Amino acid sequence: MASIAHGPDQGDQETAATTENSTTTRSPKPPRRGKVRRDRVSTHEGFLTHKNGRWMKISALLAAGLIALYIFVPLPGQHFGSSWLGYTLGTVGALLILWLTMLGMRKRAITPGRWSLKAWTSAHVYLGLTLIVVGTLHSGFNFAWNVHTLAWALMMVVIISGIFGIWVYATLPQALSANRYDEDGAITEKQMIESLRSLDRQIHDAAQPLDPQSAALVEQSLDEDPFAGNFINRITGRYPRCATRHAAGELRKARAYRPRVADDPVDKIDALLTRKEAMLGRMRRHLKLKSWLQAWLYVHVPVTFALIAALSAHIVSVFFYW
Amino acid sequence: MSEVYKVAIIGSGPAGMSAAGHAAKLGLNHVLLEKTDHLSDTIYKYQKGKHVMATPSQLILRSDQEFDAGKREDILKRWNDRTGELGVNVKYNADVKSIKGTGPAIEGSVQKIVSRARDGSSTVTELQRFAPPYALELTSGETILAETVILAIGTQGNPNLMRCPGSDLPHVTYQLDDPYAVLDQHIIVVGTGDAGIENARGLAEDPAQGNVVTVLNRAPKSTNVRESFPTAKEPNALSLVADHEAKKLTIRYETETKAVEPGWITLTTRDGEERIRCDRIIARIGSAPPRGFVEACGIEFSSADRLAFPTLSPVFESTAPGIFVIGALAGYPLIKHCMNQGYDVVEFINGNTSLKPADEPLLEAKFKGLPGRRGVDEWLELLRSNITILNSMSPLQMREFMLDSDARAYKKGEVIFEKNDPGSSLFAIAQGSVKVRIDPKDSSKVVPIGQGLIFGEVGLISGRRRGATVVAAEDAICVEISRNAALKLQSQVPSAKKAIERISTERQLLQMFGSGLAPDDIREVVDSAKIVQVKAGEAIITEGDEGKDIFVIRVGSMIVEKEVGGKPVFLSYLPAGSYVGEMALIDGGQRTATVRAAIKSEVIRVDGEAFDRVLQSKPALLDRARKDMELRRQTNAFIESRKDSFSGVVDLYSEQAKFLVAQGLGEATDVLLIDERLCVGCDNCEKACADSHDGLSRLDREAGKSFAHLHVPTSCRHCEHPHCMADCPPNAIHRGPDGEVFINDTCIGCGNCQRNCPYGVIRMDKVPPKKPSLLSWMFFGNGPGPGEPSYKWSKKNTKYTGDPAIDESLDRKKAIKCDMCAGIDGGPSCVRACPTGAAIRVAPDEFLTVSRLTNEGA
Repeated sequence: MASIAHGPDQGDQETAATTENSTTTRSPKPPRRGKVRRDRVSTHEGFLTHKNGRWMKISALLAAGLIALYIFVPLPGQHFGSSWLGYTLGTVGALLILWLTMLGMRKRAITPGRWSLKAWTSAHVYLGLTLIVVGTLHSGFNFAWNVHTLAWALMMVVIISGIFGIWVYATLPQALSANRYDEDGAITEKQMIESLRSLDRQIHDAAQPLDPQSAALVEQSLDEDPFAGNFINRITGRYPRCATRHAAGELRKARAYRPRVADDPVDKIDALLTRKEAMLGRMRRHLKLKSWLQAWLYVHVPVTFALIAALSAHIVSVFFYW
Repeated sequence: MSEVYKVAIIGSGPAGMSAAGHAAKLGLNHVLLEKTDHLSDTIYKYQKGKHVMATPSQLILRSDQEFDAGKREDILKRWNDRTGELGVNVKYNADVKSIKGTGPAIEGSVQKIVSRARDGSSTVTELQRFAPPYALELTSGETILAETVILAIGTQGNPNLMRCPGSDLPHVTYQLDDPYAVLDQHIIVVGTGDAGIENARGLAEDPAQGNVVTVLNRAPKSTNVRESFPTAKEPNALSLVADHEAKKLTIRYETETKAVEPGWITLTTRDGEERIRCDRIIARIGSAPPRGFVEACGIEFSSADRLAFPTLSPVFESTAPGIFVIGALAGYPLIKHCMNQGYDVVEFINGNTSLKPADEPLLEAKFKGLPGRRGVDEWLELLRSNITILNSMSPLQMREFMLDSDARAYKKGEVIFEKNDPGSSLFAIAQGSVKVRIDPKDSSKVVPIGQGLIFGEVGLISGRRRGATVVAAEDAICVEISRNAALKLQSQVPSAKKAIERISTERQLLQMFGSGLAPDDIREVVDSAKIVQVKAGEAIITEGDEGKDIFVIRVGSMIVEKEVGGKPVFLSYLPAGSYVGEMALIDGGQRTATVRAAIKSEVIRVDGEAFDRVLQSKPALLDRARKDMELRRQTNAFIESRKDSFSGVVDLYSEQAKFLVAQGLGEATDVLLIDERLCVGCDNCEKACADSHDGLSRLDREAGKSFAHLHVPTSCRHCEHPHCMADCPPNAIHRGPDGEVFINDTCIGCGNCQRNCPYGVIRMDKVPPKKPSLLSWMFFGNGPGPGEPSYKWSKKNTKYTGDPAIDESLDRKKAIKCDMCAGIDGGPSCVRACPTGAAIRVAPDEFLTVSRLTNEGA
């Protein structure tokens, strides 16, 4: 048993349970635990407005202070980086970059304690924005084709992708949520897939009396994987080769040339295909929004590592050419 | 009539089988009657390969049958083999219809059977008892004679029968063994519980079966399947609706059967009567506990309560002389208890009266820590005679009662529980006295409670946290009665129920209206108070009505609504422990708002006139009531003033509140709510949950219902009176110190809690192996990364030893549910790990306030 329990709290529970007199309906009074704190909230508050914009205010003050220092402190015009203010800005900037990178760790290390990832995100966003000021002032506005400017440029790429991320996080969840609602309430991604499968089954059953050509068209729609499509399809939500739409269109075209009869199986297929198209459309909008919510991270994170590499080169070379 | 058996044992479950085994061993002339064609039907019906646990582990097994934890198949095989070895005389397919004494009428021994009709009226039938030997009439028409009868039929009961004309026709059936064996029939399925849904879907699964299946549902159609299929699990109901939409079968809403005739059925629908084809009816309308049958045997139950058990002597003899009741029907659901009782009862019948019950060592252990050297019997007698509510209990009831309770000694000044501690148990003072601190700041303000009385009853009834700190006033011995034991006690001993109700009403009123009141001041109010059950959605106060009564919410919760501009607007949420109705009393006039139950609730209805007299004599109390009223009035005024300018927002707020109540917030104490305007769908909450709990996530973010950007994911709501606790054989589910409902390690994996949870938040799963650390995943790619590992990974990495006992325990599925991250500093991981602030856990009374209006932009 011990081999599958992990975590210190789990161990405690186990001893408590094994010593427990298990015929009783209650466990012995659990010992009062030392410090188990919990921050109670009673309402939702987003990361941008966390604690009334605490990190926004801190960051704004920091940026304003640094700009004031840069303007009012008399310093040599050349090689600003080697002045005390330059070093200070550089050190602050480098430490900030490392700390901001730590968000990835914080997010995944679910340790005990009163930390809140939302507070971290809030600080990450606002301090990250301040980095524009810190980094740029540190450069002393000297840009050239060298590793120093490369580090600055990568930093800016990371920050701009981050700003895009903020925009995405602030706007898309609403659209994602709205896309899930219809008159019957909200449905989940799983239910969308379920509903597509159930439509497919119905289409399959309804298509049995069709002639071979029409059946082949329907077959294509059935064979289509709702998750198929490349990155461009996903991100744009456009699927020009959609077999369902193709099948629906072709069937309707073919039908126009045939005599009209009551209870035509094609009618039923047409209705079902229309419903499937609508559901596919919703599913694709859902996937599109989800892709956008993640896509920016594929720039933000790898470039961060490139930035750290360039930053290391920048620091080493600066000390080398003292 | 042929031979007269010494013992006839009815039911071959663990209890009956063990009794029969021992009778065979002793050479008693016996017969074991089993309804089906195999032994132990309840265990037989367990799913294949299910692991059966042998709890309580310290209880010694006293039986001629073997029993140890293991697979269902192994256990059944051992029982079957042993039953054969012992030479038990088993009679299969013997369903006992009635038991009647054949001796002379026993003078003065008449049983009154009270039967209640649906409309609330009741009729009393009187039954004269006759002396043994008993004639047991079987459904086959055969009769068996026996001097003594052991009734071990369990509590599974018999299916409820249809009651319309023609319901006795042979094509009306109550079970379906193999749905695929039924072909080309018109079938009506009555009942929309899980069993009915399963049958209906099985019959219509393959169109090739050619069945025309119609499901009758009494409830109206609704987009919320929890409303239209209240007794079914949601996924089942959803798949049934999907089958209906796919035209595989038909659901008829608001429809009931009127009459049955061969080949046809007449239905009552909303639009009138309709006669349709019908070759077979499958009625799955629940099952009735076997009480009717048991009562008809002359066996009296301890009360009219649904949970009551038969009244038994210390040797399990019922009020019908010579009929003994053991096993689950006697109130013991665990296999080991049942088997021991089977052994004991046969010993008793065989004349061994000095046998000590097998639970003796358990009770000894319970009393070990108490001062004064007394034996178990002496302790039981002391508790029984000293504690008022236990006075009328029998020694057997006391034994059982103490197995579920605890006796503890407290030194003078020791804290028994503190204010705001969670707890649903009741305390009774066996010796000494305690004092209740009514002012947390001033420890000198106390109310004494003396020997023999009870305290802690508010926690028992409302499931809310303790209202005050209780300290031992002198050295004292108290019995802590678990909620289950207290409920059992109330159903067994009606006088205890009354005493608890009265005292809880009195204390609740005293506590609510604060200091300065003595029990004498409110005697008249308490005497006139009535406890009223309120169905979900029922109104206790209707806006515009006359009325002065005050309502105290004892169990459940209420919502307050007001008609504004022709629409009901949600005003506030009232948890258990609050009161309502004081406005009309203090200010006069009509009721200003409607108050309806959010869930099934219980209220104390206090007579307005009587309460008014108390108010008039206590100006301080009147002041306080006025202050409370002022707050409520402000809420009303706020909503009314906002209604014109932000009517959309007020509507939304109102609708949202109703949606949340429909999602079970009415009975929740702490619920996870996701704001969809902030949720980016990263599932970090689920990952955090898995990583803080053995690698298994206890929440499903995406599942669950949403309304107006508010999403209630599938995650435990920590109900006030948890449904999951209702039927847990090893009693593994408890409420912890932070209010969390958790399952401890004694879980036997039976799945009852999962079936009982109306919100589907409990999963049955095995614990995956430990993952490599986060850093080794980040830098070396070891392991599956954060979150719940895939099934494949955990299968591959489980370190099987080759020893079947250990391997089996590695693969054993247990019930897993949210424990609110109890004991983890910082609180629920799902909330801490949310990067955008979308996930919060709140108590409903914190969340459902008008301040939400401001947040929504009004």
